[in-house]
Amino acid sequence: MRTAVVVIGAGHNGLAMSRRLSERSIDHVVIERGEVANSWRTERWDSLRLLTPNWLTRLPGRAYDGPDPDGYASAVEVATFVDGYATQFSAPVHTGTTVTAVRAAGEGYEVTTDQGRWHCAAVVIASGACNLPALPLVAADVPPDVAVHTPLSYRSPGDLEPGRVLVVGASATGVQLADEIHRSGRPVTLSVGEHVRLPRTYRGRDIFWWTDRAGILDERHEEIDDIVRARNLPSPQLIGTSERRSIDLDTLAASGVEIVGRLGRIVDRVAQFSGALANTCTLADLKANRLLTRLDDWAVAQGLDGEVGPPERLEPTSITATRPVLELDLRRAGFRSVLFATGYRPDLSWLEPSVVDRKGHIRHSGGVVDGAPGIYVVGYPMLRRRRSSYISGAISDSAELAQLLHDHLDKRVSMKSQ
Amino acid sequence: MATIDTPVDNGVNTEALLGAREALGVSPEAAAFTWRASCNWVHGTHSTSTVQGFSGLGTEHQHKKTFTFEADHPECFASQDIGATPVETVLAGLASCLTAGVAAVAQHRGIQLRSVVATLEGDMNILGILGADPDVRNGFSAIRVRFDIDADASPDDIRALVAQSQKRSAVFDIITNPTAVTVEVA
Repeated sequence: MRTAVVVIGAGHNGLAMSRRLSERSIDHVVIERGEVANSWRTERWDSLRLLTPNWLTRLPGRAYDGPDPDGYASAVEVATFVDGYATQFSAPVHTGTTVTAVRAAGEGYEVTTDQGRWHCAAVVIASGACNLPALPLVAADVPPDVAVHTPLSYRSPGDLEPGRVLVVGASATGVQLADEIHRSGRPVTLSVGEHVRLPRTYRGRDIFWWTDRAGILDERHEEIDDIVRARNLPSPQLIGTSERRSIDLDTLAASGVEIVGRLGRIVDRVAQFSGALANTCTLADLKANRLLTRLDDWAVAQGLDGEVGPPERLEPTSITATRPVLELDLRRAGFRSVLFATGYRPDLSWLEPSVVDRKGHIRHSGGVVDGAPGIYVVGYPMLRRRRSSYISGAISDSAELAQLLHDHLDKRVSMKSQ
Repeated sequence: MATIDTPVDNGVNTEALLGAREALGVSPEAAAFTWRASCNWVHGTHSTSTVQGFSGLGTEHQHKKTFTFEADHPECFASQDIGATPVETVLAGLASCLTAGVAAVAQHRGIQLRSVVATLEGDMNILGILGADPDVRNGFSAIRVRFDIDADASPDDIRALVAQSQKRSAVFDIITNPTAVTVEVA
C-alpha cells in the first residue's frame, strides 16, 4: 500500500498531525496498535488527573467546552476528548495495527505492520515518550521478596501488599502516588533526587494561567539554556484536585510520609540514600521563587497587580532541617514494595534508521529527526517549546512540523520533475 | 555620567570549560579520567601520600610537580601530630571542591567575588573507630559547611551560587552518595 505519510500512533499528538495533514490535503494514514488514545485508556493509574486545567485542553480545531474549565481531567475524560477529536474530522486511523518495522526504502520509507506494509515518503513518530519505565540500575538490586512496581503497571494502592512502600522519585507522578499510597494506610518513604517544586495556584490563579499567559510555555527549544537538561527534568510537583491544593515535600512530610535522599544503591537488602537532600531542596526552592519573581515582574509590566492577589514567596522546604535517614534495611524495616517513579522512555525498537545517540535517545531538532529526512517525532517533553510537554503543545508543534513536512514533500516532487 | 562595565574576573576560564563540555559531547570517551594517589607508611600513624600523574582526554598527564600530603593523628590519640588527620583532609577536600565550584559558577553567572571563606565541621563519635559501640558508625555523623561570601550579588543569587556549586561538586557527591570501593592486596 502507498501513502504520502504514515503517522504512528493515534494519541492527541498523532491526531493533531493528522488534522494538519488533512487540512493540507496530504494523503496519510494513522496506524494505532490499540484504540484511539490507547495509552490514556490502558496505561494510566486510576486516580490520574492532568497537571493542566481543562481550559488548557485544546487541540487544533477542538477545545474543552465542558462545565468545569478550571478542573483537571481524568485519563478517561482525556481519552473521550481525544476519541471525539478523531471522529470530528474523520481521521484515517487504522486501529488494532501494530508497527513492527520502519526502514528506509527507495526515496522514502517502508512501514511494516502486523496488518500489511505501507510505502511512504514521510513518517511521523507519534507513539509517545512514555512507553516503557526508565528504571535506574539499582532496581536490579531490590531484594527478591520486595515487589517492584512502576507507574505503568500500578493502578491503585490495592495493587500493593500491606506494608511499607518505598517510592523512588519525586516528580508529579512520584509525589502523587506517594500521597495516595500513604493515605491507603501503607506507610510510605519517598526517595527524592532533583525535583521541580511549583505551587498549584499563585496569587489566586492556577500556576498554568501564569506560565501560559506570561509566555513561559511558549519559550522555544532554541531559546532554552541547556535543552538536554531541561528535557530530562522531572515533571513539576503538582496534583489536580477539586480544592486545588499544592503538594510538596513538606505537605507530604506533614501527612506522615518519610522523606529521604536519592536512592544510591542497595547492598545486602540495605538501601542507601544520598545525604545531599538538603541541597536538592534548596535548589528547588530557589528555582521556584525565581519563577515567581519572574511572574511578578510580568504582572507589573502587564498592569495586572490590581487584578490578582498579592505576591507570595514559598517557604523554604523545612524537612531538611532534620537529619535525613541515610540507610534502611528493606526487609527488617518491613518494606514490601518499591515503586520506581523514575520516568519513562519511548519504545523505538521497531525503528531501523540509526537515529539514536549513544544513550538511546532519538536525535532531533524540534521534532525533525537528524539523519533521516522525512522522519518527524512529536509528543516528547519540550520538543519544540515548553508547552510541548502538555496537550496544548500539539497545536503549534503540529502546525510547524506539518509545514516542514509539506516542504519536504514538495522538495521531493520538484527534484523528481527536474 | 557613563558607567564603565568592568568585566567579571574571578580568575576562572569559563570559555575553556564550556569549550571542553562541547568537545566532550562529541567524543565522550575522552571524558573518562582516572585520578591516582599513592601512600607510604612512615612510622606509627604517620604516612606520606603523593599525587603526580593522572589520565584523561585519552592520554596520560603529569602535574607540574609531585604534591605530597603528610597525615598523622594528634597527640591526644598518642600520636606525634606530624600531619592533619585523614578525616580533616577529607574536609579540606570538600571545602576546596565547593570553593572552586563557587568561583566557576560565579564567573559563568557574571558575579564578581571579593572574598569566599568556607568553614567546615565534621562530627564524629570515636567509639565507632575504636570498635567500642557497634551502633556507632566510623565516619562522620554529620558535616556542616558555612560559606561567608562577599560578592556583587543578591543574597538569593549567592544562595543559588552555593547550591549550584554543591550540585556540580565531585567531592560533595563522593561524600553524600555511596561509592563502590575495592581494596586488594598485591
